[in-house]
Amino acid sequence: MTSAPRPRPGRDDAPDRLYTLTGGRSRSDSDVFDLVTLVVAECDPAPGMQSEHVAILRMCARPTALVEISATLNLPVGIVRIMLCDLLDTGRISARHPRTARVADRLPDTDTLEQVLVGLRNL
Amino acid sequence: MDSAISDRAALQATADNGLKIVVVGGFGVGKTTMVRSVSEIRPLNTEETMTRAGEDVDDLGGVHSKTSTTVAFDFGRITLDARSVLYLFGAPGQERFWFLWDRLFSGTLGAVVLVDTRRLADSWYAIDRLEHHGTPFIVACNDFGGPLHTEQQIREALDLSPDVPLVECDARDRSSSKYVLITLVEHLHALSVARAEGGGASAASLDADQPLAALTPEHNP
Repeated sequence: MTSAPRPRPGRDDAPDRLYTLTGGRSRSDSDVFDLVTLVVAECDPAPGMQSEHVAILRMCARPTALVEISATLNLPVGIVRIMLCDLLDTGRISARHPRTARVADRLPDTDTLEQVLVGLRNL
Repeated sequence: MDSAISDRAALQATADNGLKIVVVGGFGVGKTTMVRSVSEIRPLNTEETMTRAGEDVDDLGGVHSKTSTTVAFDFGRITLDARSVLYLFGAPGQERFWFLWDRLFSGTLGAVVLVDTRRLADSWYAIDRLEHHGTPFIVACNDFGGPLHTEQQIREALDLSPDVPLVECDARDRSSSKYVLITLVEHLHALSVARAEGGGASAASLDADQPLAALTPEHNP
């Protein structure tokens, strides 16, 4: 037990991979990324980039939600959040956060709900 | 080059506002089926992990050494217009899931509690937690061809407030699932209007705001 450096969250099959991706870091600011924050690449992948970063930049040529990145890369949401923070810091992506307030016990505004209803009825 | 990427239908370049609705329910109740029936993409699956040190993870004896909680969930997507995209999440209602609710689903528009009328007790916990989190919801009974229950019987079994809409559905059917989502959003709209008008509205007046179509449809197989 004592030889394990720390509990490493994520997929059981590749904990080392997760550790490498984030350098074992956590970032308190990663919470700004919502599951449905839409991510857009601001540059092309460059040689020498981490392969996951390359995959994210390719995927985000068009807006892509964090949760879709997570599912496509087969990585837990928290790990993707940290990688996105890194990419945002270096200007490689931009983030379109949801406009709905993330406040408990607060209803969305009626304009938003009306837009959703129109969209659903048109399905 | 990358099939996982080329499989994915890309969003429009103008998309800038992601919205969330969560479908909560027990195992086998049809959450993924419902997501699939209305999603424009094949449902995807991912997970989130939360590490919690020094807490009792649950009330089972002898598991206090456990430090992380992992929850898997499915999701699908509906493009609403050039800017708005609705993500529909299928989430398990089990106890450990709720530790991650705020982290994953804060800001969600509302929730659908999907129930199997043969196993109504499976939904009690989810309903309790949604009320606790202040997340507005409706209840949808997935039709498994079991014995018919009256709306009143189901409401009593779930101890459901009269202002929470209750509908029947067939989660396999796109128009039925679409109707469930519309019922939820109409309910949210009525709540939002009532609150904007001063919050003094009673449950009865909220009911009056609901279109008749939002009530349980005739369903006699």
